[in-house]
Amino acid sequence: MALNTEFNLGTESDALFNELLQAHEGLSREQSEQLNAGLILILMNHIGEAGTIREAVVCARAALDA
Amino acid sequence: MARYQFEPFDYVTPPELSGAGSASAPIIIVGAGPIGLAAAIDLATHGVASIVVDDNNVVSVGSRAICWAKRSLEIFDRLGVGERMLEKGVTWKLGRVYRGDREVYNFDLLPEDGHKFPAFINLQQYYVEQFLVERCADFPDLIDLRFRNRVLSVGQDETGVAAEIETPDGAYMLRGEYLLACDGANSRIRRQFGLDFEGRHFEERFLIADVEMDADFPSERWFWFTPTFHPGQSALLHKQPDNIYRIDLQLGPDADPEEEKKPENVIPRIEKIVGGRPFKLDWVSVYSFNCRRIDRFVHERVIFVGDSAHVVSPFGARGGNGGMHDVDNLCWKLARIVTGSAAPDLLESYNHERVHGADENIRNSSWTSRFMSPEPGIETAFRNAALSLAVDTPFARRVVNAGRLSVPCQLTDSPLNGRDDDVFDVPQKVGMVALDAPLSDRDDNATWLMSQLGGRFVCLVTGEAKAPAELPDGVELVRIGRGGFGDAEGRVQERYGDAVYLIRPDQHVAARWVAPGAADIRAALTRCAATITA
Ligand SMILES: Cc1cc2nc3c(=O)[nH]c(=O)nc-3n(C[C@H](O)[C@H](O)[C@H](O)COP(=O)(O)OP(=O)(O)OC[C@H]3O[C@@H](n4cnc5c(N)ncnc54)[C@H](O)[C@@H]3O)c2cc1C
Repeated sequence: MALNTEFNLGTESDALFNELLQAHEGLSREQSEQLNAGLILILMNHIGEAGTIREAVVCARAALDA
Repeated sequence: MARYQFEPFDYVTPPELSGAGSASAPIIIVGAGPIGLAAAIDLATHGVASIVVDDNNVVSVGSRAICWAKRSLEIFDRLGVGERMLEKGVTWKLGRVYRGDREVYNFDLLPEDGHKFPAFINLQQYYVEQFLVERCADFPDLIDLRFRNRVLSVGQDETGVAAEIETPDGAYMLRGEYLLACDGANSRIRRQFGLDFEGRHFEERFLIADVEMDADFPSERWFWFTPTFHPGQSALLHKQPDNIYRIDLQLGPDADPEEEKKPENVIPRIEKIVGGRPFKLDWVSVYSFNCRRIDRFVHERVIFVGDSAHVVSPFGARGGNGGMHDVDNLCWKLARIVTGSAAPDLLESYNHERVHGADENIRNSSWTSRFMSPEPGIETAFRNAALSLAVDTPFARRVVNAGRLSVPCQLTDSPLNGRDDDVFDVPQKVGMVALDAPLSDRDDNATWLMSQLGGRFVCLVTGEAKAPAELPDGVELVRIGRGGFGDAEGRVQERYGDAVYLIRPDQHVAARWVAPGAADIRAALTRCAATITA
């Protein structure tokens, strides 16, 4: 399955983005990083397609700020 | 281009103080901002009289609300000023979002044709108020507009309301059946009633400036995250009529408003944006904002409408537009109550529907605020990730939040909604504002569906659907196709299918059927005007 980069978050995308930030409220930087890492592992497992995940890693890396 | 000329309105000694007797009207409206004025006109279209008092005698100083959304324009059109606003305003629908100096993406707010009004126009609040004041003059027997009349206090009992009013000639009392508190964000009536204004204050300060210049910038909304002309902050540029441009600059939480407002600080900032074009400063203000509302908008006979009831950050243009939805929702209900054709607890549906609308506006504008001024650390990391992904990854463009501009909320859970035979593959649903469409009348003249709706209950029959054999009193039939209006471009078919709709006086769909009988229509109508409980 090719990586889907079209919008796929439905009508709740702003709410979800906000909830993601809320999940980080009150955490130290290290804890926040751990939360993110945990989330990525969970979502990666959910996707379960090696090719898709590799593509996502490349895509995110390409978008890093200089 | 001549700048707007502020002409003060005349103060006239009220009859209560000049010895000419006392006036009476069922409704007292406190505040002649856009919301109070619109409410007076809406009530007048229902034949209901009001006295409007305002402590001031000029229209809004400063442009304030400039972005008027399609839905508000439809409401203004029902009130008789929509076309005038459209003609004077700057029509736009395209927004561009930049990061640094590079465009990340752009969006079209009204990608489909076949609507009388565009997605947005920009028009300074002072013009809107002036047009509304002039429209009030068309109802000399129904609207009594009193400038330099300040409300000091408000009281009520089971029989009515009373307001104590101060004028240059002294104080007097006004009595009525209901009072609309349209007295703005700092509502004195709200404070007198001791109502908590719950929500959040945002520390971030913004500079807002109107500049006059000859420039050929297109009619678009331009939003920058961290532009090189204003490092680390955000900026917004918007065109208004009369060659006036609105510029919003984020200043950060620590900016000193008095210092920032000084021309020697404002001018260099603007020079950087407009790239050396000559300009004149028209209006400057520094503000921070709140996202708050009161718990209930209806307090027995005192009803809060507009900014007195709810305030939002300006980045979704949801303040003035949200207040117009309040007016639209309230006035037909109030008119029915004071003329005895509905029970007073119909007001509870105003509370229910508009609290729902205000919450949606507050949510959206809070999310935008958080995206625009993220906390340092992880919030900023998420924000910047979305921005940099947006360049090449389509989904992230919709995650970037530079303002979610006002659209009408859906009253899906309204207690007034009747049945919805949702068997058609069409966008129209019960609880939504009716969608506009181009029509042709019997003489083949072009007109609009929206112009046939509003002000009273309408039974709209579309396509192959059959009209019910009879309709209850007070419901008017509007037929599209089959000998009625022509579906000029097939949009009615596309948006409504073949069905029978009951449309409220505020142009919202109350119920829909495939083939209703007269009893079905009557039941839905009763539900709309009937007793409901809080
Ligand atoms: C910088 C800025 C930009 C904005 N941009 C937008 C935008 O683009 N789009 C949008 O939709 N909204 C915008 N808004 C919000 C919009 O201006 C308000 O939502 C709108 O003015 C609310 O109208 P109102 O009639 O409820 O209150 P107001 O316009 O505040 O009117 C209240 C009236 O009540 C009068 N009054 C107050 N107290 C008393 C008293 N005791 N007795 C008698 N009269 C009294 C006042 O004099 C005033 O005339 C903006 C606001 C600001 C500040």
